[in-house]
Amino acid sequence: MKKLRRPSIRMDQYALLLLAGPAIVYFFVFHYLPMVGVVLAFKDYRYHLGILGSEWVGLSNFDFFFRSADAWRITRNTVGYSFLFIVVGNLTAMVVALLLNEIRNKFAMKYYQTTMIFPTFLSWVLISFITYSFLHPTLGLLNQFLVFLHFEPVSWFSEPKYWPFILTIMDVWKGVGMGSILYFASLMGVDASLYEAARIDGANRWKQTLHISIPAIVPVATILTILAIGNAFRADFGLFYQIPRDVGVLYPTTDVIDTYIFRGLRNGDVGITAATGLFQSAVGLIMIVAVNSIIRKLKPENALF
Amino acid sequence: MHRGIIHAFFILFSLVFIIPMLIVISISFSNEQDIVRDGYRLFPENFEWTAYQIVFANPEQILNAYVVTTIQAVLGTLLSVLIMSLCAYALSRQNFKWRKPITLFIFFTMLFGGGLIPTYILITQYLHLGNTIWVYILPSLANAFYIIIFRTFFQGLPHDLVESAKMDGAGELRIYFTIMLPLSKPVLASLAFMTLVNKWNDWFTALVYVRDNKLYTLQYLLQRILKESEFIKQMSRDMPENINLGSFDLPTETVRFAMAIVAAGPVMVIFPWFQKYFARGLTIGAVKG
Repeated sequence: MKKLRRPSIRMDQYALLLLAGPAIVYFFVFHYLPMVGVVLAFKDYRYHLGILGSEWVGLSNFDFFFRSADAWRITRNTVGYSFLFIVVGNLTAMVVALLLNEIRNKFAMKYYQTTMIFPTFLSWVLISFITYSFLHPTLGLLNQFLVFLHFEPVSWFSEPKYWPFILTIMDVWKGVGMGSILYFASLMGVDASLYEAARIDGANRWKQTLHISIPAIVPVATILTILAIGNAFRADFGLFYQIPRDVGVLYPTTDVIDTYIFRGLRNGDVGITAATGLFQSAVGLIMIVAVNSIIRKLKPENALF
Repeated sequence: MHRGIIHAFFILFSLVFIIPMLIVISISFSNEQDIVRDGYRLFPENFEWTAYQIVFANPEQILNAYVVTTIQAVLGTLLSVLIMSLCAYALSRQNFKWRKPITLFIFFTMLFGGGLIPTYILITQYLHLGNTIWVYILPSLANAFYIIIFRTFFQGLPHDLVESAKMDGAGELRIYFTIMLPLSKPVLASLAFMTLVNKWNDWFTALVYVRDNKLYTLQYLLQRILKESEFIKQMSRDMPENINLGSFDLPTETVRFAMAIVAAGPVMVIFPWFQKYFARGLTIGAVKG
C-alpha cells in the first residue's frame, strides 16, 4: 500500500490562510474601508465629487456640531440612559434571579422563565405596536385607565417628561428575562452544601441569600456592569427610534447620538453627522480601553484583551 | 410561606409579559367601530375576523416580505456561520503563522468602526448594494465577537484529534468538516440561532438601504404599516368631508394589528422553544470572548 504523504507545513499555512480568507476580505471591505471614510468628518461632502474629491474643511464640522444645542443634549441622553439602564436593568435582573432561586417547582420555573424571555425575541418594531396600544392619546389603554380613575388623560407623544420612565420600563421589559437567566446561571453554580451548612448553623433563607447567593452573583454583575459602561456611548437605536416614533417634540428626552446620526443621514448633512459619528467612535474606543484596563486589574481572566 | 409570596409575585410579573401580547391579539380580532368608540381593549367586545379577511385578501405584500426575510435569515445565517467558523478554525490552530495578526485585525473592529455615514456611502455609492437583496447578506456576513467565541471553543477541543487526522493525510478543509464541525454542534447551534433571530428581526437594513417595496423585510413592512396608516388617517382628518380617500373605509386599527400577528406571529411562537440555545450563547459570550 502506498503511504500517504503528509502535506508540508508550508502548504498547511496557505490552506489555513485560505480558510480565514473570506472573513478577512469581509472585515477589510465592510469594516476597514469605512474607517478610511472617517475623513468625511473633515470634508464638505458632495455626492458627485465622492469622498476623495470633496473639499477639506478642517475641523469646521466638529466646530459646528459642538456649538449646536444638539451636542450636549444627545451626549447627555445617550450616557444618561446608558447608566439608568445599567442600574435599573441589573438590579431588576438580580432580584428576579434571586427570587427564581427560591422556586422549587419545575413547571412553575419553566413557565416564569418562558414568559419573561418572550420579549427577547421580539423586534423593537413589534414592541412599538404594544407601546402604541398603551400610549395612543385617545384609544390607548393607559389613558382609558387614567380616565377610569378620574384623572386627566395624558398626551404621551407630546410630553417629553414621561419618556425617561417609558424608555427605562421598555428596556427592562425586553431585557429582564435574559439578564435574570445570566444571573440565575451563576446561582446554579453555587455548591448546594454551602446552603446546607448554613441551614444547619441556623441561618434562615434571608440570611442565606445575603451571605451566599448575593456574593455569588457579584462577580457576574461586576463584569456585566463594566462591559456596559464601556458601551455607554452607544445607544440601542431600535429602542430610541421605534418606541418614541421619531416624534420631534420628544427629542429633549429621547434623542440619542445614534438617532441623531440617522436623521443626519436622512437629511443629507454628511459632514456634521460624520463628525458626530467619529466623536462617538473615538470616545467609545477610549471608554472600552479604559474599562478593559480596569478589568485587567480586578479580574485578569475576564479582560477582553 | 415565603414561597407562596414569591409565586404570587411571579404570577403577577408574568402577566406583565403576557397581557401586552394578548392586547395585540385582541385588537386584531376586534370590530373597528368598537375600537374607534371605546379604545383598545384586553378582550374584543365583538369577536370578528374582518381584519384577517382583509389581510388574507391582499396577501402579496406579506408573502413577498416573508420570502425576502427568509432569504435574508436562512441564507444569511448559513453563509455567516460557515465563514465565521472556517476563520475561527484557522485562528484556533496554534501553528498557524498569521494567527496573531489576523486575530488582532478582526478583534479591532469590535473596538472601533467608521460609523453609519461612511458605511452608508461605501455600500450605496461605491459597492452599489443599496436596494438589492445582497445588502441583507453581505454587510453583516461576520461578527468579530462570534468568531472569537468559535475560536475559543475550537481551542478547547483536544489538539491530538487534529494531529492524528493530519498523520492520516487529511487536509485542513477535511479536518474542519469531518472533525471540528461535528464536535462543535452546541456552539454552532447557539450562534446560528442567535444570528437567525437577529436577522429575522432586522428592520434597520431595510430602513437605511432599501426603497423598493418588493425588497421589504417583514419587520420593515410592519414599521411602515404602523407609521403609514396613521399618515392616511392624518390626511383624511385634514380633508374636507366630501372627499373620500380610498382607504377611508379600511378598518385601519384592526388591520394593522392583524398584519403584525400574521407577519410576526408564527415565528414568535417558535423562537421561545429554542431559548436554551440563546441563553447558552449569551452565557458563553458573557463569560469570556
